[in-house]
Amino acid sequence: MTTTTASRYTAEYESIAPILPGQALPWLQRLRTEALEKFSAQGFPSLREEEWRYTNVSAIEKKLFSPSVIRASSHIDTNWLKHYQLIDAWSVVLVDGHFSPALSVLDGLPDSVSVLSMNDALVKYATLLETHLGQAVDNAEHGFIAFNSAWFTDGLFVYIPAKQVLAKPLQVLHIATQADVLATTRTIIIADEIAEVKVIETFVGLDTSYLSAAVTEVFVGANADVTLYKMQCESAKAYHFGGTYVKQARDARFIHHNFAFGGLLARSDIHVDLDFASDCELNGLYLGAKRQHIDNHTRINHLKPQAFSRELYKGVLDDRARGVFQGRVIVDIDAQKTDSQMSNRNLLLSDDAEADTKPQLEIYADDVKCGHGVTVGQLDEKSIFYLQSRCIDEETARNMLTFAFANEMVDKIRIKELHDKVLEQVLVRFPQEGVEKSWL
Amino acid sequence: MLSIKNLTVNVNDKQILKGINLEVKAGEIHAIMGPNGSGKSTLSHILSGKAGYIVTGGSVTYQGKDLLEMPPEIRAREGVFLAFQYPVEIPGVSNIYLLKAALNSIRKHHGQPEVDAMDFLTLVKGKVRLLEMDEKFLYRAVNEGFSGGEKKRNEILQMAILEPKLCILDETDSGLDIDALKVVAEGVNSLRSPDRSFVMVTHYQRLLDYIKPDFVHVLAHGQIVRSGGPELALELEEKGYSWLEDNKAA
Repeated sequence: MTTTTASRYTAEYESIAPILPGQALPWLQRLRTEALEKFSAQGFPSLREEEWRYTNVSAIEKKLFSPSVIRASSHIDTNWLKHYQLIDAWSVVLVDGHFSPALSVLDGLPDSVSVLSMNDALVKYATLLETHLGQAVDNAEHGFIAFNSAWFTDGLFVYIPAKQVLAKPLQVLHIATQADVLATTRTIIIADEIAEVKVIETFVGLDTSYLSAAVTEVFVGANADVTLYKMQCESAKAYHFGGTYVKQARDARFIHHNFAFGGLLARSDIHVDLDFASDCELNGLYLGAKRQHIDNHTRINHLKPQAFSRELYKGVLDDRARGVFQGRVIVDIDAQKTDSQMSNRNLLLSDDAEADTKPQLEIYADDVKCGHGVTVGQLDEKSIFYLQSRCIDEETARNMLTFAFANEMVDKIRIKELHDKVLEQVLVRFPQEGVEKSWL
Repeated sequence: MLSIKNLTVNVNDKQILKGINLEVKAGEIHAIMGPNGSGKSTLSHILSGKAGYIVTGGSVTYQGKDLLEMPPEIRAREGVFLAFQYPVEIPGVSNIYLLKAALNSIRKHHGQPEVDAMDFLTLVKGKVRLLEMDEKFLYRAVNEGFSGGEKKRNEILQMAILEPKLCILDETDSGLDIDALKVVAEGVNSLRSPDRSFVMVTHYQRLLDYIKPDFVHVLAHGQIVRSGGPELALELEEKGYSWLEDNKAA
């Protein structure tokens, strides 16, 4: 079954291959061929794979999403886009998997900083890409990675040279505009020594069924600082796979904020490799309702001593929604003095909602400080009564408490404009009358 | 204001209140005293509408309306305020937000427009000073990390701002040192008015040194076994509860 359906994608590949970027690069052709072979053999991940045991992606195999051939972006409603696009930021817009120069805003970027589409980068920065593309993640990891490597049509390349601090955030907007479209993008972010950058990846789409399959590789140089925000607001009918694979050099800092709100079926991977004395913080908030299935898979590899990791994922699940959290922390035999804490907290708002949570600690070193905790609970009836006794009706009381639970994660956003946009999305889910943002 | 007639209440099939009668007129302060387990807290919970209690008989009329028919938030909007024995911590919801939401709910209930933002802040800050609280409290999450005394003060602050008609104080003095008790009592006393009534449920006579009741009732085994003036409280302090309980049992 898997092989037959995956082969629909494989069969289509021949007609797509000639339009894919990087034809002139033998190393990329090899990478793509190898990825295609892997994908042909294993297809999309199946429930038999331990890392996918809670998430069934067979619907993606049954449908056939195809790459976009037209590259029109003029029909995007700018009023709608305003809910997502930041003003005080540089932005790169990818429409149906293709860079849109018309919608992107890159004026005033420092000369030393490179932000360009993957297609252009494969021409201008082929050497740098050869040593980075595919280095933070292995095609053998699972079918989506191999699929992305073989299929990516475009994406983004970001290079911040040593000591450069990017003053404004850089937003990457992935927009899906066509029914049954397949948007497969590859993004490479490189921050050299002591560089600093904040990147926001936003995924949105029109109210239709499509597949986003995005892979981002991040290379955080020695003592460099990268903050990556992911705002996943895909359409309610969409399928989303987004993988973020990070390699941190010594003393490097990386913070990830994962807001998973949209999609019918959405899976995110956030995998981080930590070198000596590097810091990483993974934050996540997933809000599921109706029949949404939202899966977040994190892996933190403590490879060297004295690295520090903190992880907090919170989920709110209503109706028949299902939330999956799989968090793995692996402490290598060399990684003495590791300090790691992982926590996953789930709030179930309905009897039919489900949270599957699987934190895993694998510790091979003997002098470490590691902990993890998991909760799955419901709203506290005492708190609801307290609010009711203060004139708040029950529904609003529930919304206030749910919002407060979720807002802890929104509060961590350090970019005001983004904070307000994410807050807006959360308030839509849990409306409260007369709320003043400054009091939240 | 409040009329409780022959009220019987069960919790988990066990009768806790066994026929309570109480008349509270506007402007009066009633103290309900009794040993632990006498049903004092049940009475205050039943008046504020907490779930889990089954009324098996009798009635509670508040300002001519059937109080037991109303959901908790409607009671609160109609002017019933319960100051909790153990105020609940609400992480992530700031005091000031709750206060404004509560005040506007009351105003909406009475067909009034929302409170003006400046007027609201002036009102709130005035009450904060009255209760000798730090303004920073307003922006902290409701009761989160508050000491016992701060929580009780916060209850009275809410009461002072929402201006209820019927204030139910559930064991307000428990957990308070004498200085905090004085501040809380002063806050309560400042709210005394001819059209506002108080029902104070307390185990300790001490509170009544600072908030003078008009009537004292002794609750034991789910019934009011004795009613009288403030002097009854002094008698209780001298003799303890046992003489009344024994009396009843005999």
